[in-house]
Amino acid sequence: MSEHLLTVSNAEDDLKNIAFTTRLEDFVNWGRKNSLWPLPFGTACCAIEYMATVGSHYDVSRFGAEVVRFSPRQADCLLVLGTVVEKMGPILKQIYDQMLEPKWVIAVGVCASSGGFYRAYHVMQGIDNIIPVDVYVPGCPPTPEGIIYGMLKLQQKITKGGIVRARDRHKIAR
Amino acid sequence: MLETDTKLLANLLPPLPKDLQTHVVSVEEFRGEITATVRKEGLRSLITFLKEDPHCRFDVMMDLFAMDYQNYNQETPERFALVYYLVSLLQNRRLRLKVFLSEENPRVDSIHDLYKAANWFEREAWDLFGIQFEGHPNLVRILCHSEFEGHPLRKDYPSDKYQRLKTTAPSEGL
Repeated sequence: MSEHLLTVSNAEDDLKNIAFTTRLEDFVNWGRKNSLWPLPFGTACCAIEYMATVGSHYDVSRFGAEVVRFSPRQADCLLVLGTVVEKMGPILKQIYDQMLEPKWVIAVGVCASSGGFYRAYHVMQGIDNIIPVDVYVPGCPPTPEGIIYGMLKLQQKITKGGIVRARDRHKIAR
Repeated sequence: MLETDTKLLANLLPPLPKDLQTHVVSVEEFRGEITATVRKEGLRSLITFLKEDPHCRFDVMMDLFAMDYQNYNQETPERFALVYYLVSLLQNRRLRLKVFLSEENPRVDSIHDLYKAANWFEREAWDLFGIQFEGHPNLVRILCHSEFEGHPLRKDYPSDKYQRLKTTAPSEGL
């Protein structure tokens, strides 16, 4: 009898050493948030700051987001880095549409977030006019720390979110 | 053309034929740089001469831009002006030609066949200022989107008037 109990308790201990229990959602999101593949849509100086962010000094690979892809099919985090003029809008929209689910968008800098100081005839007043945005990073341009902070905020958001399609999460106004 | 202008021009340029001299309104010099104000009727023949005469050889067109003198603090002959910026590699000399165009009929001969660079410059001047170029093969907007109305760099265009693009498909062609 006592020998039998001992065996069971050993099996539990062994199980704790090799596995842990969690919810499927949490497990999937843990994987997603630590392997963001960014697509830099760089149109202005924010893209230069992003280059510094990816470089060895700031080293964004510490957060698992260093695999920069220039094909929307291979990326899941669209970074809009810079001024988007109205004529560029359809191109940005097409790139967003070409990305596979799940996908997220970070608007880096004031131009992408709100048009910035370009309150004029040509610049889109925030890319959220055409695509849903998850995180806005302020600054003109933001420091690499700011961009990293934005990515960490996105990671938090992914952790909290369920496994749902982005098209259900957002209602696009346009 | 005043006599002083003729002398100035003779010092700075190879002699112009008499029939072309009538098209020159005035000539100014500032720090060795000359600006000739010309009549729009003679602009094309003048530029043809400046480009092809073996002593002139103004074979590079650096720039072409329009100006809007509305509400300018000095009196100008007309509202609009076009400035042609020519360079002669033979003489190592630059020359500006300025032609004034009326508000009612801002129209001038195209020189796209003399300088290939003029093609896009003229489209830019049409797009932003509404200057008409006679004989241009493809006088359509180059910077603003296809649905844009008005000419945004004119002084009477409201500085914060922003025009949304309705279509979502990227524009085709240049």
